[in-house]
Amino acid sequence: MITVTNLVRKFGDVAAVDDVSFDVAAGEIFAFLGPNGAGKTTTIKILTTLLKPTSGAIEIDGLDPATQANETRKRFGIVFQDPSLDQELTAFENMDLHGVLYHVPRKLRHERTEMLLKLFELWDRKDDYVKKFSGGMKRRLEIARGFLHTPKILFLDEPTLGLDPQSRNQLWTHVKNLNASEGVTVFLTTHYMDEAERVADRIAVIDHGKIIAQGSPDELKRQTETDSLEAAFLILTGSSIREEKADSADQIRQMAKMWRR
Amino acid sequence: MNAIYILWLRELKRYTRSRAMVVASLGQPLLYLLVLGFGLGPVFQKAGNGSYLQFVAPGVIGMSVLFTSVFSGIGLLWDRQFGFLKETLVAPVPRITVMIGKTLGGATVATIQGLLVLIICLIAGFRPANWLMLPVAVFFMILTAIVFAGLGMAIGSQLQDMQGFQLIMNFVVMPIYFLSGALFPLNDLPGVLSFLTRIDPLSYGIDALRNVLLGASHFSPLLSLGVLCISACLFVGLGSYSFSKIEA
Ligand SMILES: Nc1ncnc2c1ncn2[C@@H]1O[C@H](COP(=O)(O)OP(=O)(O)OP(=O)(O)O)[C@@H](O)[C@H]1O
Ligand SMILES: [Mg+2]
Repeated sequence: MITVTNLVRKFGDVAAVDDVSFDVAAGEIFAFLGPNGAGKTTTIKILTTLLKPTSGAIEIDGLDPATQANETRKRFGIVFQDPSLDQELTAFENMDLHGVLYHVPRKLRHERTEMLLKLFELWDRKDDYVKKFSGGMKRRLEIARGFLHTPKILFLDEPTLGLDPQSRNQLWTHVKNLNASEGVTVFLTTHYMDEAERVADRIAVIDHGKIIAQGSPDELKRQTETDSLEAAFLILTGSSIREEKADSADQIRQMAKMWRR
Repeated sequence: MNAIYILWLRELKRYTRSRAMVVASLGQPLLYLLVLGFGLGPVFQKAGNGSYLQFVAPGVIGMSVLFTSVFSGIGLLWDRQFGFLKETLVAPVPRITVMIGKTLGGATVATIQGLLVLIICLIAGFRPANWLMLPVAVFFMILTAIVFAGLGMAIGSQLQDMQGFQLIMNFVVMPIYFLSGALFPLNDLPGVLSFLTRIDPLSYGIDALRNVLLGASHFSPLLSLGVLCISACLFVGLGSYSFSKIEA
């Protein structure tokens, strides 16, 4: 369903994604794991037509996102890592706008919106502006929105970020159900190894833009001779904290320091 | 079609919900109208040009249409910063649809804003030569709004942060306004200035408004119509192109 071959994406001189290749079969739940700054989000952005690759080949359901962007977009749904709601609209309006953009017929749109907002316990607040929501409520709304239409492929970039255990449980149960009943292919990232272990059929571990291990959770544990995915992950990626690349504000601050000297 | 409608509606909702913004954005035209209209009135009259309030009212209407429509396009910058832009960029609708929905929304809001200013002008004592021509005036407001909403989208697609915004304000929007003849007659200008006013699309928008509302104009109405239509195509095309190239 997803085939990536020798994918490279550079930002300036830095290769955020550095010669990555992997396959995701139809109906599979695939977890993309890696420390902060490993290149997970960048890969997802390339797969979802938001960024152009520097080099390499991608196929999504037989389509090339770089040249057949619009066709590709019809195939997937996505929950972004960063916020992507319209804060000036209500929860319901955000859902409705999404449904219209994704061609969900009106009646179905309203039924599913009600079902999902109830599932993620937002139905009481459906007419409130999103800017009045708590962080976790916004997150829940983004996830509910992601499930409004049923795509062939679902990208989930750290969907459980900031969620309480109840909502997390709802989310993964729902993902499992969708996968089982509709055969939706799922491509997810998370920093919670127990989640990955629970839902993923297969895992790829990425670090510094390169894939360093691939396999089922059991295979990864066997390969590293550990008994939990968390331990396996730490052995594969080392236990040092990743120094985040300085963002532009930091860079300016650094420049300012240099000038002062 | 539905996608265009829902994105158009979004712009409208955002506008009607920010009452404080609506009032604030009427402040500036009001200031121009009252201070310049009454302040420069006597001088203008002495120079034999008639009532300055009558003269400046279409200019002030044009100004609010310009500002509102350009800012609606630059609103892309906010969509980018709050992340909503991504949601529209991955949606399975052609980018041109998204662009057109937003542009029409921005143009509609700008036209409404222009109408509000027109009402204020009427209250302040502005009197059109022929009331029956008001619908034609609205038509020119819409056309002008589309021109600059397109320009705003072209700019908004390129802007990455707030610093760029000031730059655009000072080097694009203000010059377009001041060189448009909103505040002074276009007759007998020195060469360079005359040239600059002629390449400013807003000159034609405001001149057309004057023609319709006052029955007097600098350019021929057909020329104004032609220039506005061509600029609309040009800027909307440019806006679509830069919007289609956005990466997020
Ligand atoms: N727009 C950008 N401009 C420059 N560098 C970028 C940009 N986006 C990402 N990067 C860099 O690319 C690298 C990979 O970032 P990415 O967001 O893909 O990491 P990630 O694996 O999703 O990390 P996290 O777990 O923190 O979300 C980082 O070093 C980051 O600084
Ligand atoms: Mg990420």
